Amino acid sequence: MNLLLNTSENNFEQCIKCTICTVYCPVSKVNPDYPGPKHSGPDGERLRLKDPDFYDESLKYCINCKRCEVACPSNVKIGDIIQMARIKYSKKKPILRDVILAHTDFMGTLATPFAPIVNAMTSFKPVKSLIEPILKIDKRRSLPKYSFGTFRSWYKKVADKQKKYPTQVSYFHGCYVNYNNPQLGKDMIKVLNSLNIGIQLLEKERCCGIALISNGFIDKAKKNAKIDEAEIRKSVIDKKLPVITTSSSCTFTVRDEHSHLLGVDNSSVKDQVELATRYIYRLLSSSDTKLKFKNKPLKIAYHTPCHMAKLGWTYYSVELLKLIPNVEVTVLESNCCGIAGTFGFKKENHEVSKKIGDPLFKQIETGGFDLVATDCETCKWQIEMFTTKTCEHPLSIIANALED
Amino acid sequence: MKFDTVIIGGGLTGLISGIRLMQKGQKCAIISSGQSALHFFSGSFDLLNNLPDGTPVNNPEASLLELSKQAPNHPYVKMGESKFTELAQKAKSFLTEIGIKTQGCSHKNHYRITPMGMIKPTWLTMSNFAFFEVGKFPWKKAAIINIEGFLDFNPDFISEAFEKIGVETSIAYFNLPELNLIRKNPSEFRSTNLSFVLDKEVNQDLLVKILSEKSQGCELIIFPDCIGFRNADLLPGLINRLGKPIYLIPTFPPSLVGVSTQLYLKDYFTKLGGVFMLGDNATHADIEGNQVTNLYTLNHGNIPISAKNVILSSGSFFSQGLLADIKQVYEPVFDLDTDYLTDRADWYNSNLFEKQNYQQFGVKTDKNFHGIKNDTPIDNLYVAGAILSGFNPLKEGCGAGVSFLSALYVAEQILIKEKTYEPIAQYK
Repeated sequence: MNLLLNTSENNFEQCIKCTICTVYCPVSKVNPDYPGPKHSGPDGERLRLKDPDFYDESLKYCINCKRCEVACPSNVKIGDIIQMARIKYSKKKPILRDVILAHTDFMGTLATPFAPIVNAMTSFKPVKSLIEPILKIDKRRSLPKYSFGTFRSWYKKVADKQKKYPTQVSYFHGCYVNYNNPQLGKDMIKVLNSLNIGIQLLEKERCCGIALISNGFIDKAKKNAKIDEAEIRKSVIDKKLPVITTSSSCTFTVRDEHSHLLGVDNSSVKDQVELATRYIYRLLSSSDTKLKFKNKPLKIAYHTPCHMAKLGWTYYSVELLKLIPNVEVTVLESNCCGIAGTFGFKKENHEVSKKIGDPLFKQIETGGFDLVATDCETCKWQIEMFTTKTCEHPLSIIANALED
Repeated sequence: MKFDTVIIGGGLTGLISGIRLMQKGQKCAIISSGQSALHFFSGSFDLLNNLPDGTPVNNPEASLLELSKQAPNHPYVKMGESKFTELAQKAKSFLTEIGIKTQGCSHKNHYRITPMGMIKPTWLTMSNFAFFEVGKFPWKKAAIINIEGFLDFNPDFISEAFEKIGVETSIAYFNLPELNLIRKNPSEFRSTNLSFVLDKEVNQDLLVKILSEKSQGCELIIFPDCIGFRNADLLPGLINRLGKPIYLIPTFPPSLVGVSTQLYLKDYFTKLGGVFMLGDNATHADIEGNQVTNLYTLNHGNIPISAKNVILSSGSFFSQGLLADIKQVYEPVFDLDTDYLTDRADWYNSNLFEKQNYQQFGVKTDKNFHGIKNDTPIDNLYVAGAILSGFNPLKEGCGAGVSFLSALYVAEQILIKEKTYEPIAQYK
């Protein structure tokens, strides 16, 4: 408690009960079992402080999108209050399905060596029907494809070449690039190499923990966060290399959730962890460096992922896309896509997940776009599943438009 | 990041000035720390309802001379009588041009009804909202219809207001089975949540049937503002099918018309090419000579925002455009000079309903609304909206007017300075 400023650590008492957060909550609109951010956050906190028995398991419906915090006129950390309450008070035990969904890196390690078989199995309808009753993962859901071989194993082949560039940065690739889509990592390297910058990987990298946190594996998430923050410190402080990323959710988790929810102090390095699009934007706007493009007429819709909205960095990705000659970029009205990481995979959430995203899917289908761009991997899965459009990371689009 | 004008604050003032500047070809960004006070919008904009001494105002345009005697630092007085009249008249054209229909004018206040059943004067009222002039209410019998369990709209109070203006009323309640789902959370049984159900196309036939039955023998339906969210065609469609008018009355917050107006203005601004950064806080700025050179925000950290001109429209205490601590009232981004009473005991009146001095506190400006720091005006920093000092929005009933007119005024100052000024077209 800061007596001079009259605020507590999780500033719940700054809430003036205006209910603006609830207006912008994507969940309370479609799921009446969720009492909404004001009620679950600052209102509930007041009661929970008196007696933890006031904790309500309906807080599990919060998808931690942070749109309540973005909307709050009083800067109350509503999303953090709700997540902290879940961490402190929830007695619900994760089921096997949650273990599988939460441990993205462990599952990736298991699946990538057998990717062709795993991918064929998980896209085969009878298999999905078998999975549904056992794992409670909705059979209508397209499951993420695994890559045959990881990004890190590919990187070993180019590591020496990368070291030759005059400027170096570290890359926190995340589970998605490592196990599902190494091509995105390769695209990012292509773009940075064209700017004469080489990429190094952190010696060790653990899953940022976003899926562990939302599925209740807090100890494991803390362990990962400590390893990641130590690795980031090695890069930023010892080697003087900033860390760049390609996933808005990993970035947000590493920068904000590690300290806010897991108590891992990252204050000395936080500012040196950023999305590659932001890093490139700064480079281009503060020097004569230029990206050299082919002519690539495209009509692109940019979807702002929730955590990107929270980071406030949409501008950088959009401005970079606009550099491609004859590209028309439309920033879609900010709306959660509904997948919320692992939330949308769960059988009990399938309908809600689709309903949350419907306004977004409608915008995408009616806008006459060639493709959708977004900085989040799970948004990509959701958009590709519920619309007819392909969804790509801005850096993949940029890499494809570079002069050969 | 480089812009022609960067605006701190994304409420009514920031959006109006941003749209005006974008219309004239400027490249603008708005930094908004959260959603704005528009979420409490009554559906009516007030221009001037009372003079500071409490005298009711019937004709705002004709009251400026008296206002200038009573409140020489009032933003209206600063812009001058003729500019006030010009901008007040053009505000309506401006709204019409961007697709927002309103009723009312600046030389004669009309009346609106509050959710508490008070009859209050006002300037511009959104279409479909209850609006009347004294002695000119053409209906005899109105049906006030509410949803069972909706506490943000009280038919008994509203009924009293209508009886006062000679309209006989009946009160009826209804329910839709689907509404029971929202009822699970009584504290979230609010206007915005209700509209998600009432607006559904599948519910329209049922709604017509209910409203028609409940308003038999009445010429007019009075309904809470919880329908037609972001769908301007919905209410006219209902009215058409019912064959009688529906007048909306604002509810307690969140205000449906407020949320949709906020989103409408924001979309208009972004469709013109403006960049709206929601959930970001301007933290500090570099000032060289009498110019703001770089502006820094929480989200953008080491990437500064630079602009030829800056508008500070970050609102009053509610939006934290102004902060108060034990000994002072200050403006946190630039630390501009502020007007406030030095003895804290003078800030409040213990009677809540009396005039509260703190509401008049705000940022000092010169005649052109430049912000002032250490007694020196900053040439490219303009201040507009609720953060200004010298007026009492509640007692004078002028909050929306000050926001609107000062937004147009500073946009005009910037356009004149950048030599791209043209007057707003007059719409009939």
